[in-house]
Formats: sequence, C-alpha cells, structure tokens
Amino acid sequence: MSLFNPYTQNGGTILAIVGADFSVVAGDTRQSEGYNIQTRFAPKVFRLTDRALLAVNSFAADGNMFVKKVKQRLEWYRHAHAKDMPLRSIARLLQTMLYSGRFFPYYVYNILGGIEEDGSGAVYSFDPVGSFERETCRAAGPAQSLLQPFPDNQIYFRNQQPAPGTPHPTHLPLKVVLALVIDSFTSATERHIEVGDALQIYIVLAKGRSLQGLEGAKGLEELTISEDGERIFLVQQDLKKD
Amino acid sequence: MDHFPTNWGRPRNDMFDAYGTYPIHQRPDNRPKDTFADSVQRTQQPIVTGTSVLAIKFKDGIMMAADNLASYGSLARFKDVQRLHPVGRYTVIGAGGDMSDFQHIQHILEEVQIAESTQQDGHELGPVEIHEYMSQVMYARRSKLDPLWNSLLIGGFKDGKRFLSYVDLLGTTYSASTLATGFGAYIAQPLLRKAVEGHEDDLTAEQAQNILEYCMRVLFYRDARSLDKYQIATITAEGVNISGSLKLQTSWDFAENIRGYGAQTQ
Repeated sequence: MSLFNPYTQNGGTILAIVGADFSVVAGDTRQSEGYNIQTRFAPKVFRLTDRALLAVNSFAADGNMFVKKVKQRLEWYRHAHAKDMPLRSIARLLQTMLYSGRFFPYYVYNILGGIEEDGSGAVYSFDPVGSFERETCRAAGPAQSLLQPFPDNQIYFRNQQPAPGTPHPTHLPLKVVLALVIDSFTSATERHIEVGDALQIYIVLAKGRSLQGLEGAKGLEELTISEDGERIFLVQQDLKKD
Repeated sequence: MDHFPTNWGRPRNDMFDAYGTYPIHQRPDNRPKDTFADSVQRTQQPIVTGTSVLAIKFKDGIMMAADNLASYGSLARFKDVQRLHPVGRYTVIGAGGDMSDFQHIQHILEEVQIAESTQQDGHELGPVEIHEYMSQVMYARRSKLDPLWNSLLIGGFKDGKRFLSYVDLLGTTYSASTLATGFGAYIAQPLLRKAVEGHEDDLTAEQAQNILEYCMRVLFYRDARSLDKYQIATITAEGVNISGSLKLQTSWDFAENIRGYGAQTQ
C-alpha cells in the first residue's frame, strides 16, 4: 500500500511578455495527466481585475483553488478600499498567500501580468512558495526549457550584438511580441506532448494606448468592461491536437 | 465591534482586531483544538471498487453509462450495484473507485439537498451547483490527506443547458463533451471522441446509446474488473432517467482458434 500522494501534474505551459504600455499573458488549454489528455479546453489564464491577469500552472486543482482564493481576497480589498488592488500589491499578496502554504504548498507556478499604476506593463513570476521577481518575460511549465531561451534571445537580445550605431530596443511593439508568443507555442507543441490543442493569449493595454496593429489578429475578441480604463483582449487560436 | 452577525454569540478572540475596524478576509476560528489530531492515521486504499464510468453530450442532453459491478480486489463481489445516482431532478452522478466512499457521497448530497430545500426559496440544485459542491468537498478532503477515493462524473440538463464535468480524489476538475474514468480513459475515450467531437448538437439519443453500448462492450472484453451488466442514465429537458440493467451481447468464439499463449501454433 503506497502513501496517498495529494499532488499530480496536469501539464500545459504558460508565457508572459511585457511591452512599454502593454502586457501579454498566454497559456495553452490542454490539461493532461501522464499520457492521458483529460480535456482539450481547460483555461489557465484568468482575469483578476481590469488590469491584472494571472496564469497558473502545474497541479490544476491547486491552481484553480488558488485563483478562486486570490479573487476572493481582491474582492475583500475592493470593499475595504473602494478601488482595485494595484498590480505590485497583488504581487505581494500572492507571495504571502503562497508562503502561508509553505509546509503543504500550493503546487502552482504563477505568472502575474498586467498594467502598473504608472501605466507601465509588468510581469511578476512566482515559485510555489512565494518567491517572486518582476521580469520582462517568463515561461513556466513542462515546456519552460523549450520556450524561455527564445525570448531570452529575442526580447533580452542575449548573445546578440546590435547593428553598429543602433542600440537594441528596450521594449518591442505588440505585433512583434504576439508573433513571438504564437511561434513559441507552436514550437513547444511540436516537441512536447503535454502542450497543444488551443492557445489563449490575453493582452492588457494601458489607458489611452492605440491597438498597435492588433486589429488584424486572428481569433481576436475584446473583453474590456470599463469605458475609460485599460483594455483587455483575448486572441484564441488552435494548436496541433496530437 | 464585530459587524458580522454570523460571528455574534460565537467564541471570539479580541486580541485580534479587537474593534472590528475594517473588513478582513479571515473569519475567526476559536473552536477548541483537538490535541491528539496529529496521531490520527488517515491515508487509505480503496477496498470495494467500481471501474469505469462513461459520459457524453448529445443533441438533447447527457448520457452516462456504468456497469453494475463492485469488485473486492480481483473478486467480482457485488454484481447488482448501481453506480449511477440521481441528484434532484436535473443531475446524475456516476462514480468509480471506492464504493463505501460513494455511499457516503450519496448521503451528504441528500443532506445538502434537504438543507437547501428548507430555504423554501424555490431554488433547486442543478448540475453546476452539485459539481461545484463536490469539487470543494473532494479538494478539502484531499487537503486533509483523507480523500474520498473516487472519480466522479457529474452530468445534467437544466435551464436549457447541458453540463458534464469530472472531479476526483485530488480535487482535479475538467469538462469536455466526452468523459471517461479509469480504464475507460484509455479504451473508451478515443472511441467516444471520434464519434462525438464536433457532433454534440446532432447526435440523437439512439446514436448516443449505441456508442456507449459499443464502448461498454469493448471495456468488458478488455477490462479484467468489468461486468457485462450495465445501466445508462439519460438526462434531458424531460428530466433524469436511469435505465434498468442492460446485458451486453458478446462473442468469445475466437477462443476456439487459439493455440498456446502467443506465437505458438500447435
């Protein structure tokens, strides 16, 4: 009789990339357990507020419960303070919530993305017990080692010299970032069995910014609620199902 | 000053936010603690078990199938067990795994329905509510390291909408138009996906029944812990209907041609 294991791995992969005035948080929708595909459509990226997105990965039961609890804490904050929680405060909240499970952790790798109070795009990535850092781009999940090197080169320009006289850009435009995300996921789908089925890319645009060519994207849907605040979009595309 | 009526009259600890100055997310928990809680043994293994449960969405609702067997290890112990259970007028829950835990689940579902009906507000629990409730219960039990050792399929039809979802001993949940637990996930799921995916809104009840019967037959041939006696539950706008026991027609004639255990021909 073997000991009951309260955890399992449900596969999938998430990726978040930041721009000067936008944030992109993406995840595939496949949920698996071992060699079984449990479902082809189980979203891993969630809207927390008008300007914050949370992607969760690893053990889906913990991930879904954690998102539920975070949303409840945000609602308590809204009633107590008559405003939404700012992004950097949500990041700190995630840390304390995760660490409270230090001796029976939420087996979840979180990536928080959105627009800061100063209008800049921000991405924060976390480990299962709450260690976190603000970054420009982060991939998490089983295909992390396939995805992360690509934006390391294309976003941080590691191991690349710029043309003489023209320094590397500090931020990339939305169209370029979107293409990078789609290519990252199609590549991961090719070589990792747990990645595939469909891709959801959430985009948060800072207040008053233009769509920067987003209109033409395949599978685009606008999810914005507030009239004069940040805008949220979802681009949903198929990935290979094998 | 505590603003929340549900805290009044209950044990409280004024050291923590003595004046109730602002809303905080944590309710006070001042119940007496059990000093011997740590010495309780909890982890289990399933004893009397049911095997696969299958379910699909079809044009008019949901159809679910499960055989009538509860095994005691390799012994086919109880051959008239009903593993599909109606909950209210809109939902059916099908269970694989430990049958005593399933009986407990049936009991707590009955209790929650009674509690909800005493509200007398005209609201009835539908499949969405039953699934949410069971997800919370299963996850809470796994978080105490004392799981209800089951894989559950919850299917139903309410307010014009079909519902089909899975929840298991870890609190893992997922939803799709075809679901199968246990052995069924390996053998039946590919057959169900091929037949149903893309056709959820065209599949008739007869076609749905045929594909489920076909999968139950394949499972009986291949799953050593299955039985050729099973039931089908159908949930539509007309309500819940769980069939009587159906017998599978099988053919074992191929056995006569077998010599040896593999490559041997004589």
